[in-house]
Amino acid sequence: MTPALGMFVGFVLVTLLITYWSARKSRGASVYFAAGRRITAWQNGLAVAGDYMSAASFLGIAGMIAFSGYDGFMYSVGFLVAYLTVLLIVAEPLRNAGKYTMADLLAYRLKPRPVRAVASLSTLTVSAFYMVAQMVGAGILVSTLIPALHFSGLSGFTTSVMCVGVLMIVYVVFGGMLATTWVQIVKAVLLMSGSVLLSVLVMKRFGFSASAFFNSLTSITSTGPAGPVTQNFLDPGLKFKNPLELISLGMALVLGTAGLPHILVRFYTVPDAKTARGSVVWAMIIIGVFYLMTTFFGFGAASILGPDFIKAHGGTNMAAPLLAQALGGELFFAFISAVAFATILAVVAGLTISASTSFAHDFYTNVIHHGRERRPGEEVRVARIAACVVGALSIGIAIVLGPKVNVAFLVGLAFAVAASANLPAIVFSVFWKRFNTAGAIGSLVMGLGSSIALILISPVGVFGPAGAIFPLENPGILSIPLGFLGAILGTLFGREPRAEARFAELSVRANTGLGAEQATPE
Amino acid sequence: MAADDRRIPEDPTPLIGAPTDVAPLTHAPPKPPHERTADEEADGIDWDRLAASERFRNLLKAKRRFVIPATIFFVVYYFALPVLIGYARPLMAKPVIGPLNWAYLFALSQFFVAWIIAALYVRAAARFDKMAAGVISDQHEQE
Repeated sequence: MTPALGMFVGFVLVTLLITYWSARKSRGASVYFAAGRRITAWQNGLAVAGDYMSAASFLGIAGMIAFSGYDGFMYSVGFLVAYLTVLLIVAEPLRNAGKYTMADLLAYRLKPRPVRAVASLSTLTVSAFYMVAQMVGAGILVSTLIPALHFSGLSGFTTSVMCVGVLMIVYVVFGGMLATTWVQIVKAVLLMSGSVLLSVLVMKRFGFSASAFFNSLTSITSTGPAGPVTQNFLDPGLKFKNPLELISLGMALVLGTAGLPHILVRFYTVPDAKTARGSVVWAMIIIGVFYLMTTFFGFGAASILGPDFIKAHGGTNMAAPLLAQALGGELFFAFISAVAFATILAVVAGLTISASTSFAHDFYTNVIHHGRERRPGEEVRVARIAACVVGALSIGIAIVLGPKVNVAFLVGLAFAVAASANLPAIVFSVFWKRFNTAGAIGSLVMGLGSSIALILISPVGVFGPAGAIFPLENPGILSIPLGFLGAILGTLFGREPRAEARFAELSVRANTGLGAEQATPE
Repeated sequence: MAADDRRIPEDPTPLIGAPTDVAPLTHAPPKPPHERTADEEADGIDWDRLAASERFRNLLKAKRRFVIPATIFFVVYYFALPVLIGYARPLMAKPVIGPLNWAYLFALSQFFVAWIIAALYVRAAARFDKMAAGVISDQHEQE
């Protein structure tokens, strides 16, 4: 057994113990969907961080900085600043006025069935794109990092996708939100300790001298299409040539995070809005420190290994593990690989539970059965079945698409849909009295439709870079205004006296927490 | 049939036949608190009166006074970064402290600005919590 496989098995055992413990505690819908609303602020802060920092941000950003220098660091900035939108605008009203899903907030004063149907569709779309991206990433990474993991007759990619998929289904089906939360907490602690260690080792290589470190970045040689080039990696513009691309990406990151369903459901796991606020602050500290450290291990990989070496040994995503290998030997490589694996598992488990909750609570109970359970415990049972289906589907899609699919395309799409479809609906339903069902559907349909359409005709879409009709990789700059426009036009075309009459109630609830869902007693 | 059974107005159960044949719909056991829908919980609280109360209006005003300027500030400060590195690249690439240029220092400052805004919000929100508690205690007096 290689050290990497050993650590991977160790992590799996710990998470299965967590799942067993959660399954024994789990009773009732509020424990299954919202961990009984008894998670504390720092625990939820760690879990939000664990839910959010995907393999795309750990391995992806490290690789992007290692190849494109400063421009990769732009992602790090956006990922943190995004939490100000969550903190100032979304988290507290959502906790005060909702129960399990984002759609709860919208259904408060709008017509529940159409709004929930569309919101559920948007949640499932965002989760599906994000999840397939993570699963494909998982397949590539785990098969590269732990070559020992494959069953006879199956490729390493297929085996890895299946392992990740089955584990996430087990966490969600048996352990619900409680197990998911603790898997995310364990992952966040592992990821933070791995990153701190990696950063310290990088700085040790430079004798803990910041000036030696930053000076080494000013001339990094790599082989471009026209022979070797030496670039200053602190200079902006190595990756993004078009300024609009940067702005569009920034918009999708800063506004999209506050509309990601798997992040939003985390705020239902705490006892009240004050704790929700505290957990965003904890998450901002953890996420901020993590993305600050991308300076050390991203730029460190560029300076110590060089882009050519990384390209020759597995490509951008391998920058952080390769750096660990160079600085800390096989054992540290194994640890960072296990961290990457934990990272993926925690994120896909979070996505699975938010998707299955939305299906069971929004679509099955509220749209099909008008908000009534026919038998006690039905909603949880439907959610468990939905989690199996969602998991099986994403395993299947990831295996069919194979390792060649463009993962960045899918993640970009998830953020764009979240920002263009979900955020306008959430913001207007809390802050605009006149807002109505037509407006919510307008924003969800227009945001969803325009993001998908624009990304399909973009350089990462179906026509490739040469035939792209829309010049930017990220559709945010156009699709977000279109989502807000859809909300405004829909609202102005319809009149809904009931929605306006209930604004007072939603406003009091959202701002004071009067009548909010309580934590379940132990 | 006892005559006063007819005083339950919402019950659509037909009042003919033996009273034990069907369970009247209104006699379902009450749902536990975490199962209630918003509609069922709305009873008993005069939301419109609360929304119009001076304490609540003051709370909203205080929140707006913080959240709107803070949001405008962080949005402008954040988007200044991509705009400047997009359209003023030579300036941003100029080294300031050793090899560190304006672009890197500005990006670094974003982290600290985000943390400072979060800290200021938490301080202001402690005040909002007190005001919200005032609104809720009004509601309990009314009951």
